[in-house]
Amino acid sequence: MPSLKDVKTKIAGVKKTAQITKAMNMVSSARLRGAQLKMEAFRPYAGKFDEALRTISGNMKSGEFALMQSREVKTVEILIVTSDRGLCGSFNSNIIKMAERLMKKYEAAGKKVTLVCVGKKANRYFRKTGKVREKHVDIMGNFQMFNARAIAQDVAANFIAGGSDEVQLVFGSFKSIARQLPKTTHFLPVKSVAAEEGAAVETKQAGDYIYEPSPEEIMEVLLPLYTNVMVYNAMLEVGASEHAARMTAMDNATKACKDIISNLTMVYNKARQSAITGELMDIVGGAEALKG
Amino acid sequence: MAESIHLEVVTPSGPIVSDDVDIVSAPGYGGDFGVLANHAPFLSTIKIGSLIYKKDGRDNYLMVSGGFCEVSNNKITFLVESAEAGQQIDVDRALRAKERAEKRLAEAKTQAEKINTTRAQAALQRAIARLKVAEKQPK
Repeated sequence: MPSLKDVKTKIAGVKKTAQITKAMNMVSSARLRGAQLKMEAFRPYAGKFDEALRTISGNMKSGEFALMQSREVKTVEILIVTSDRGLCGSFNSNIIKMAERLMKKYEAAGKKVTLVCVGKKANRYFRKTGKVREKHVDIMGNFQMFNARAIAQDVAANFIAGGSDEVQLVFGSFKSIARQLPKTTHFLPVKSVAAEEGAAVETKQAGDYIYEPSPEEIMEVLLPLYTNVMVYNAMLEVGASEHAARMTAMDNATKACKDIISNLTMVYNKARQSAITGELMDIVGGAEALKG
Repeated sequence: MAESIHLEVVTPSGPIVSDDVDIVSAPGYGGDFGVLANHAPFLSTIKIGSLIYKKDGRDNYLMVSGGFCEVSNNKITFLVESAEAGQQIDVDRALRAKERAEKRLAEAKTQAEKINTTRAQAALQRAIARLKVAEKQPK
């Protein structure tokens, strides 16, 4: 039987943990709202962007642009986006697992793999593999376009310089508050619409447009922007997913704490009762002895 | 009443303007251009500068930074990295930014730091565009 004092300290400790997890849950739910708003605000931009890119790229040969060039794949770069902080259930480890599977798959096929880690968690896990080419940590807290731009520019420059022949993007996509799934998308080379969906897709009146400057020059501006949009989108989704995952994890933790507290309280009451019984026995025994 | 064209200005942090307007003027690749209703399909890159649109006889000014714009089906869509309405511009902040950028540009000559120079130049352009827009916007 644990002593009364031990149980009491333990209950107090668990209560404090519950308080913290509860607070983290509330903080996460507030942050989630912010992240979700940002994600929603970004959606029209991303959607319109996609539309415009389709319009132009429809009637263009993909080989002309550095970012659309497909070559024989020798080196694959995996861009992994995770959160900076933990305590959000299996969210980050799911992304990491998916990235690792992808890495093994490419390596089994005899390709070289390099990694770019966004977010502390990915970096911490992969740094001992020695494959991390670049890391970007401590930027997930504030979603700024220029952070995404720096990452996209670095990855694109490496691709153009021949450091990688293909880039895959692994991140946590936000399905709903209760569901966040790791997701892999093809990042570079940018595939033209025709290659993506088959030639059957009609490219809407692409030829009728007046371009200023030439379509090619617009593409030169558009393609790097497109990579920014992809990275920014991934960062926003990971941000929202992280908070949603943490909310669920902290809610579960709070519930678990409450269970432990009720169990411990039971133990405490039993111990107290048996202590009282013991004392009573002593008193009764003493009284009996005096009567003699 | 003259025919109108639907203007949309969208940035990564959300749509800024969605309105039927009479005329739009924007800083395009080859200089400022104007778009009226029923313009032919058109695509252009956008530089840092001021976007002006007229609605009900009133001029509205927006500061826009780089991006591009698409005209089709009597609709003009701007996809820019940022956009600020004239009334919302913090003139003091823009002035400070301008001074800072100018100082950096002056110092960069000695340090010859290329990246910082480009960045400072962009910042300077943005600050100047902001000031211009803030100044022109009728209160």
